[in-house]
Amino acid sequence: MRVFDSRLWLCYNAAARWAMERQRKRYGDVHAMLQVRNLHVSVDGQPILKGVNLVVRQGEIHALMGPNGSGKSTLAKALMGHPGYEVTAGEVTFKGQNLLEMAPDERSRRGLFLAFQYPVAIPGVSLANFLRTAINVRRKAADPDDKGLPIPEFRRFLKAKMDLLQMDHRFAGRYLNDGFSGGEKKRAEALQLAVLEPDIAVLDETDSGLDIDALRVVSEGVNALAGPDLGMLVITHYQRILNYIKPHFVHIMLDGEIVESGGPELALKLEERGYTWLEGKQNGRGSG
Amino acid sequence: MERKGFTCEAVEELSAYLDEPGWMRDFRLAAFEVYQSLPMPSLRDEAWRRTDIRPLQLDSIGPFLNGNHPSPGSPVVEPPAEVVAPLLAQETGGILVQVDGATVRCTLSEELGAQGVLFTDMHMAVREHGELVRSHFMRQAVPPTAGKFAALHAAFWRGGPFLYVPAGVDAGVPLVSLLWASAGRTFSHTLVVLEHGAQATLVTHLESRVGSGQALHNGAVELLLEDDTRLQYVAVQEWGSNVWQFTHERARLGRNADLEWVISSMGSRLSKSFQTVELDGAGASARMYGLLFADGSQHLDHDTQQNHNAPDTTSDLLFKVALKDRSRSVWQGMIRVLPAAQRTNGYQANRNLLLAETARADSIPGLEIEADDVRCTHGATVGQADEDQVFYLMSRGLPRPDATRLVVAGFFAEVMDRVPVLGARERLQAAIQRRI
Repeated sequence: MRVFDSRLWLCYNAAARWAMERQRKRYGDVHAMLQVRNLHVSVDGQPILKGVNLVVRQGEIHALMGPNGSGKSTLAKALMGHPGYEVTAGEVTFKGQNLLEMAPDERSRRGLFLAFQYPVAIPGVSLANFLRTAINVRRKAADPDDKGLPIPEFRRFLKAKMDLLQMDHRFAGRYLNDGFSGGEKKRAEALQLAVLEPDIAVLDETDSGLDIDALRVVSEGVNALAGPDLGMLVITHYQRILNYIKPHFVHIMLDGEIVESGGPELALKLEERGYTWLEGKQNGRGSG
Repeated sequence: MERKGFTCEAVEELSAYLDEPGWMRDFRLAAFEVYQSLPMPSLRDEAWRRTDIRPLQLDSIGPFLNGNHPSPGSPVVEPPAEVVAPLLAQETGGILVQVDGATVRCTLSEELGAQGVLFTDMHMAVREHGELVRSHFMRQAVPPTAGKFAALHAAFWRGGPFLYVPAGVDAGVPLVSLLWASAGRTFSHTLVVLEHGAQATLVTHLESRVGSGQALHNGAVELLLEDDTRLQYVAVQEWGSNVWQFTHERARLGRNADLEWVISSMGSRLSKSFQTVELDGAGASARMYGLLFADGSQHLDHDTQQNHNAPDTTSDLLFKVALKDRSRSVWQGMIRVLPAAQRTNGYQANRNLLLAETARADSIPGLEIEADDVRCTHGATVGQADEDQVFYLMSRGLPRPDATRLVVAGFFAEVMDRVPVLGARERLQAAIQRRI
């Protein structure tokens, strides 16, 4: 019996470890995917973020709202590691690891994604070529001997993702963001999100510059990607994108701080009353 | 092997060794006199102001007389298999492979041969098609008087491809030439003659490994396009970094002739090239694309001219230059429009991408317009790799070197897309990747 017991125990132990390992591989630290604590960021020596606290987990959709110049995009760029954004205090962990020590490419390969407000054009580099390179550097990082995704397989994969976003397949042959309309750029960002399959995505003003039809298509695409594996931080100035992408949490940023957090009703309240009712809430002066 | 200097005796020896007809021997001797009469270019000459050739030990390099080739057509040295094999794998109408100016392989498809197309080495052409060569060789396009190095070339030229396409023939698939340098001295001459209505594509590769000491390439290119012809010419220069290159290259275009000329220059220690298109016939049109990438302490100097000598002519030049380390590029371009050349369109643009703070690009566009009904534009830019572009690519998981590589590949794409031959394009792309 003792022998049997010990075998059972070993068996159980191995299964538990396997399950944990699988979970860690899939979710990392499931309790706090992206954790921002007291983040201070300066641009050209000018303090922009003044102590931001935020936690985004896989499966959650957070909306970050606030007036122009409140620091929303600064948070997005700092999270991705833009060299022009200097973190002066605070910490950010991603899957339990210090995000701020990682170069932007490492942040991306670990599962963080930023949909840019103003995606830059890279003439001469086709969208397909770029996406294949992006996929292959990930595979290479995971396995140095990887030979890259075979082209036919990549084409099938890309076409499926483009269909999801109702994109013409010819789009893949165009130079990245070069001469794209506002709507095309945002759609290309959504395509990259779909292809790279991150754990946490930051969508920086994805609704800006879109007409109603483009907004609907992009939002539907983003919704199709949402699910238990993807956490999202949707940065927006307006409430209208939230008619399509339903957030679980809403945060309001004023002058470099999150001054109010709540459920979806907060966005509606903001829509009714504007940002003025929140003034005076900074630096803990407000009632909260 | 003892090296000989550039002397009258050396000219005689070379001509005798090549078993040339008297006219060519006399031509060489006359050119050598021109060479002796011209001063060595210096920093005081406008065209040479930014290119210092004082460290060049020209006379100790000397001419290439016979070398290790016992007789014409039976060389000992073969180019490396990895250089030749990709060329042979392409679909071509003919291939000419030379080592130090002596032919090791020369093929031409039966179909082209039957149509009267000639594709061979210049010496064979001189021996077998003497009159045809004589009426064109260094007369209309690059005369020995074009400069000190043109005269030196005329006296000591050796090897290079000869392409002749008779009237009305479309040579179709590309013809490919490789000149491999193993002895550190090449003087190849490229002569293309397209008769009325003919069409052709020619790709030439100039390559060598890095050798010890200074090496020399003193070349000339003559592209003669009669009326209604069309030529695509791609020149790929990948010399080892000990080669000092001096070339004079000129195209002459007849009525409604069309030239697409891609100039890729990635090798050499120092390179000074004069590249000119003469739009002699009404309706002629020429496009020149440059793809230049230098690193280390390389110095690439391109002097281009777009000469509009007839009405309704069009020229369009785009030189793209990427520079690493302490490398330097000089591009000096001129559009000349003669009074008769009304309704001319002339464009030139030079884009420089500096990948290091220590790299330097000089860009000197110029216009000389004597007609009044013309449209000409010129522009030059010098910029660094855009950090926003690099960040954008890094944010998608590309490590910085991969991101930079993609930005540079994108920078060259506009010119690369113009390379009509897939094999040549792949070779260029590989060369760019190696360099980044």
